[in-house]
Amino acid sequence: MNAVLQATIEFLKLYWAPLLCGVVIVAVLPLIVGYIVLVERKLMADMQARLGPMRVGPHGLLQPIADALKLLIKEDIIPEHADKLVFWLAPVLSVGAALLAIAGLAIGPAFQIAKDINIGILFVVGISALGIFGIVLGGWASNSNYSLMGALRSSAQLVSYETAAGLALVAGLLFAGTLNIKSIVEAQQQEGVWFALLAPVAFFTYLVASIAETNRAPFDLPEAESELVAGYMTEFSGFRWSLYFLAEYTNMIVVASVATTLFLGGWLRPFASVRWLNFLDFAPPLLMVAIAAYCVYRTPMQPSRVQQTFMLAVAGLCVVVGLVLLAPVVAPMIRPSLKEAMVPYYAGIHGGFWFLFKVSAYIYLFMWLRFTVPRYRFDQLMRLGWHFLIPLSLINVLMVGVAMIIGAYFQLQGWKLLLATTPAAVITLLAALLILAAEREGGTKQDATAASDFYAG
Amino acid sequence: MLDKVIFYFFAGIAVAGAVLTVTRRNAVHSAIFLVTSLLATAGIFLQLRAEFLFIVQIILYVGGIMVLFVFVIMLVNLDVALHQIQFARQKWVAFIVSLALAAQVGVMLWSSGKMPGQGLPVLAAAPADKLPANSEAVARSLFNAYLLPFEIASVLLLVAMIGAVVMAKRRA
Repeated sequence: MNAVLQATIEFLKLYWAPLLCGVVIVAVLPLIVGYIVLVERKLMADMQARLGPMRVGPHGLLQPIADALKLLIKEDIIPEHADKLVFWLAPVLSVGAALLAIAGLAIGPAFQIAKDINIGILFVVGISALGIFGIVLGGWASNSNYSLMGALRSSAQLVSYETAAGLALVAGLLFAGTLNIKSIVEAQQQEGVWFALLAPVAFFTYLVASIAETNRAPFDLPEAESELVAGYMTEFSGFRWSLYFLAEYTNMIVVASVATTLFLGGWLRPFASVRWLNFLDFAPPLLMVAIAAYCVYRTPMQPSRVQQTFMLAVAGLCVVVGLVLLAPVVAPMIRPSLKEAMVPYYAGIHGGFWFLFKVSAYIYLFMWLRFTVPRYRFDQLMRLGWHFLIPLSLINVLMVGVAMIIGAYFQLQGWKLLLATTPAAVITLLAALLILAAEREGGTKQDATAASDFYAG
Repeated sequence: MLDKVIFYFFAGIAVAGAVLTVTRRNAVHSAIFLVTSLLATAGIFLQLRAEFLFIVQIILYVGGIMVLFVFVIMLVNLDVALHQIQFARQKWVAFIVSLALAAQVGVMLWSSGKMPGQGLPVLAAAPADKLPANSEAVARSLFNAYLLPFEIASVLLLVAMIGAVVMAKRRA
């Protein structure tokens, strides 16, 4: 017994910090996800010229908390003849995989729970892919045809698009030359160019595949409510249902972070290595001040006293964050001796800002697409994946390799590397057009002969 | 001590998962326990500092093959399958083969440490900071020392893939 206790203490001594971070993430992430949902509803309302949630708290700002409370105390229904154990396990699997993947992400050079793992990006991608079991098993265990159909669709979709996403990552990783997340970002710093510019086709492929992988519109076939009620989560209610939602939005954060890390320069400022653009360091505090000013401007227009106070409080918070962001930039200017001491603070605070900014922009793009593009049909979805995206990304990997060899031969670096990669991207796009033309010819023939589609629901 | 606890934790889960995989009646439950067993094996890889093998095990076996397994299990009508003959009844052959295998493993375990140069080799653990980065090390040995076996294995997989496509086309 003593030995076990000793081993536990040894373990805790080594790993108390990551464990604590893990607990914090598990505790805080549901809140963040709740607010992402609120932002999504507000955006949807804005794009449809409505107001969105307005009742709970000023401008509906407390809506996520009310929703969470409602979901927690809702009746938890397990359907008759359901496989109880698997039914219980499935949502937990989904959430567990999504949360575990977060551990591998790096928000800044120092903010990473599992520090400097050699397999970095593979860990994140591989672990988050395990969430599919939650979907498939949940659909199977509910003992309902709608759920099973949704689960089948979703596993087919995820397996197909994972291939395209993986090949897109390969094209980006060729430039990085490493799997370690920190080194990937450092490679972009050295190169001076984001890999999204060097491998635009790969970035596009990853964007499409990541939307499909997170089951979001226009690829939300597994939960197409007009055909399948709610897909694999039809029979889930209350807290279990909210676990699925938590997993979906966490996965969104994960794919956005992977894209940010590999293609958008991670925690680096735009043009991080260009000296004369250093004034961009003032952009984050300025943005915060601008938001604060807007809040103050809107304050007199609020209908009630509470809302006015709230708006002012938000403005104050923004000013505080802006000051925190400003400090590491201004301090070395006032006192040059502080320059060395401010480097880690600058990297941490500004790195975190830029990383979260890019992730938010990526998620915003997701939402924008969701409200703009109508849903695909299932056979269209599969055809897009297998007949277009996978061949495209295969050709792209090949062309990126050729471009790299040409670049190495002429010793092109940084922005000059674009001279080699842009023609490669153009050739890839021409090949894509050829694929599309061939596809159109083959497609009309296919439609005429065989209209039967196995998974079409 | 900590190493041993972690090893026996994963090893226990792997063995228990494997036993439950063959004893469960329900095919989906079997698949779940197979996944558990594979994940535990991946954990042992991780403990051996073979990070790349760990994640490849998860991506390929758990995230790829097992998902397809579950997919097929859900498509197949299990009630019909239960009435069909599930096993090739070759109990005696299986018994002899497993006996031979058990004997082999037993001799290996028994002889370890007793005869010099035989049995299980005991290697000294390398200090962690002396090890080369794992995925790079795997890549180097795959594409330098073991290039030919690697290519042969790839050709085999390609043949299997093309074969599957041809078979599916013929049936359609």
